[in-house]
Amino acid sequence: MITTKKDKPTSLPAVSVRFCGDSGDGMQLTGSHFTDEVALAGNDFATAPDFPAEIRAPRGTTFGVSGYQVQFSSNEIHTPGDLVNALVAMNPAGFKTNLEYVQPGGIVIVNEDEFNKSNFKKCGYEEGYNPLDDEVINAQYKICRVPMSRLTRESLTNENDDISVKDIDRCRNMFALGIVSWLYSREIDSTIEKLQNYFGKVKNKPEIAALNEKAIKAGYYFGETAELFPSQYEVAPAKLKAGEYRRISGNEAIVLGLTTAATKVNKAIVYASYPITPASDVLHGLARLKQFGIRTFQAEDEIAAVMVALGASFTGDIGVTGTSGPGLALKSEAIGLGVMMELPLIVVNIQRAGPSTGMPTKTEQSDLLQTMFGRSGECPVIVVAASSPGNCFHMVIEAVRLSIRAMCPVIFLSEGGIGNAAEPWLIPDISKMPDIEVKHAVVTDEEFLPYLRDEETGSRPWAIPGTPGLEHRVGGLEKQDGTGSVSYDHENHALMTKYRAEKIQKLKDVIPDLEVEGSGDTLILGWGGTRGSILTAATMLRDRGTEVATAHLHYINPFPKNLGDVLKSFDRIIMPEMNNGQLQMLIRSQFLVDVKGIHNNCGRSFFVEELADEIESLMNGGNA
Amino acid sequence: MSDVTLPTYKPKEFATDQDVRWCPGCGDYAVLTAMKKMAADLGVKREDFVFVSGIGCAARFPYYMNTYGAHTIHGRSPAFATGVKIANPDLEVFLISGDGDLFSIGGNHTMHALRRNIDINIVLLNNKIYGLTKGQYSPTSEVGKVTKSTPHGSLDEPINPITIALASGGTFVARTIDVDVKGLNALISRGAQHKGTSFIEVYQDCNVFNHQTWFYATQKDTRPENTIELEHGKPLVFGTERDKGIRRNGDIVEVVSLNGEFSETDLLVHDENNLAQAFLLSQLYHPEFPEPMGVFYVDDSRPSYNDQLHSQVDAVKEKHGEADLQKLITGSSTWTVE
Repeated sequence: MITTKKDKPTSLPAVSVRFCGDSGDGMQLTGSHFTDEVALAGNDFATAPDFPAEIRAPRGTTFGVSGYQVQFSSNEIHTPGDLVNALVAMNPAGFKTNLEYVQPGGIVIVNEDEFNKSNFKKCGYEEGYNPLDDEVINAQYKICRVPMSRLTRESLTNENDDISVKDIDRCRNMFALGIVSWLYSREIDSTIEKLQNYFGKVKNKPEIAALNEKAIKAGYYFGETAELFPSQYEVAPAKLKAGEYRRISGNEAIVLGLTTAATKVNKAIVYASYPITPASDVLHGLARLKQFGIRTFQAEDEIAAVMVALGASFTGDIGVTGTSGPGLALKSEAIGLGVMMELPLIVVNIQRAGPSTGMPTKTEQSDLLQTMFGRSGECPVIVVAASSPGNCFHMVIEAVRLSIRAMCPVIFLSEGGIGNAAEPWLIPDISKMPDIEVKHAVVTDEEFLPYLRDEETGSRPWAIPGTPGLEHRVGGLEKQDGTGSVSYDHENHALMTKYRAEKIQKLKDVIPDLEVEGSGDTLILGWGGTRGSILTAATMLRDRGTEVATAHLHYINPFPKNLGDVLKSFDRIIMPEMNNGQLQMLIRSQFLVDVKGIHNNCGRSFFVEELADEIESLMNGGNA
Repeated sequence: MSDVTLPTYKPKEFATDQDVRWCPGCGDYAVLTAMKKMAADLGVKREDFVFVSGIGCAARFPYYMNTYGAHTIHGRSPAFATGVKIANPDLEVFLISGDGDLFSIGGNHTMHALRRNIDINIVLLNNKIYGLTKGQYSPTSEVGKVTKSTPHGSLDEPINPITIALASGGTFVARTIDVDVKGLNALISRGAQHKGTSFIEVYQDCNVFNHQTWFYATQKDTRPENTIELEHGKPLVFGTERDKGIRRNGDIVEVVSLNGEFSETDLLVHDENNLAQAFLLSQLYHPEFPEPMGVFYVDDSRPSYNDQLHSQVDAVKEKHGEADLQKLITGSSTWTVE
């Protein structure tokens, strides 16, 4: 451990930091290493990457800026924070685009060497203007100019003449990480170990590992000696539930959840997908897990992906496809086929800002109505939604369970903001998790009826090709009740339409009731990735002396069976959503309750303080 | 495996209780008959057959075969069939659909099934028309086709299914006609035994919306003159009197008479394993040339996608040994909260 001789650090309850720079500057990696450091220090944390769709946009431009925000705390937290305590800007473009995320009086650490005429021009600053000299900016923030490029070179060049300048310059992000690690009293040993392991062992480039180690140490010592900052800070460990933790992102949790589901249902999972932001990481993650009975398939398009999954389900595996909003639109006809064939099918939709291509790297919750209704005909599917990165693990297993039980496609909703964000995760003991029950049709003396319904679940039997005596045909044409033969009969169609909806509603018996936290006459009801913002806003309101209750829907079709009673027990229901009120519309129409909506369409999560203010305003009679 | 008795069936055991609803005289009936015969003789258990289709008249096929079957959505059946084979490579999967389904809305999936060499059997019932939607021109209709949707004649050049199949990397590409039950039977059986995608185009008569479109190739008196049977290792001879042949002349091919200066030894010899020649043959069109029937091209050397996938899964399992889920979930970097 590196020790410092400075004064005792100032203790803070929570801190948020944002790293930004060119998309080639390694900001995601820097943020990720820093997150590991705060995790090992025992803080609760939440992260949010903010990257451009362009992989390597022209250097120095504003549209090429990549950012990573992390909040860490001595208390339980649920969001990456609104405005940050500290910003690291590796270039003027990052500075220009990210300054708005810094709280007044916040620290802004810049790589001064990059603040030159050429870069000012690239990001559109007026000629002759240097934002670092701007009096207004300096009055508002504590600007710390650090010549990182020069210092990194000076620290790394002296004895390594054969190392290229390029390799040295690529260590600037570690120099920056060293500064921030010192500033917030986080140990860098774990990062050094990871750098040694990655560059030294995995990449077999020990010289690069050594450079990075030197750079992070140089940054750390610079922070200690330069006296640039008002104080060193620290954040005490959080009092989390005891146990072993790891860091997990939403997409990683889906990978682990599906793999666990495969084990618990004792079946292979066929994951067929077409690359799409922000869902591709699920395909990447599962592709490496063939030893767990996972078969991945990169299809020629979104439609092929869902059809491959459905074909696999027909054949007795668990067919899963993953996508984002535009891909879901393409899959809608095939999902309808799954509803008609009454087969399990798991559709993972990691929502992004739309419509159309929209903003692929930005988050939104605007596919809910598409998920519920975006198919031809009366075509209900099961809908579940995860509320945090770690919660994706649990909910995707639930998706598999419910889909098999009801023999019906399920759409599992996540969001870009959950998929790429990370939080601490209490590692579950897999052996203590229940198996997922699956029943297959067997041959009996009776004639096999592929559409004969189970009384309890309302679902039809799942007969697998290769089973003698159960040969049958399924398809998209309406089925006759029982036999499954093609039927154009009017009454039969009405009956089958009813059955397809009913079996989903029967799942109410096997899903948990909606839980309400807190008290008061106002309920803040949410779903999906707004949970962190809602919980934090509710805490903020209670601190202000305003009592509110919160509840979060993880099951949207069917709703938990106590939802109606919960709604009735409050005078006021407020629903924050990252859309124009889609769940609000569903709840209003189904329960005739005057739900007030708070809508956010800006492609990022709610700022907690803004949300708290808007809730308070609605409670005081304001309009949504 | 020598002590395993292969199942034997009668063709009628593959009939379902469903009334066949194709128009009387439809070419699909002949294909259904051939298919039941093939299924009975193939030595595959009935429960191991899966018939898959998309949308269109031909796509009703699975309802009439007493096997496992799936009548899917328009154009997407190759993907569904791919999912079936990924889940269970031991199943014998047939995909029966029409020209609109496989080459218009589903062209992409057909192409990708072929390039992957999924071990399925595609039977294209090509009637050069949209039958189920009542008579619009199809992607294989000839230029100038007058239909309800093209009252002044269609403008688009037809697609050539054989050429597309070859260009997509098809490893078994063949053609036959609906009324040639024997030829159909032989080709389908051979295609079923092929490891990889077998692709068989069937000239099929839609006697309601496009009657007689294939008559130049399918009738007793026209067939010998206007088609040519491809036989591996044999010279390309045709004609009622078998007095004509296909000769290669530099970069082009030509029809020559065998009654004059040319004899069979001057003719092109069919080679099923020659892709370039198969492509050339796929480009022979009536009326300038007889249209080839039989197997254009076979490549038995390429492994199927599903075999490769399962080998890859086995190899990974062997490398990693017993999969430890708890270890995977725990990951490599953890910390403990007391």
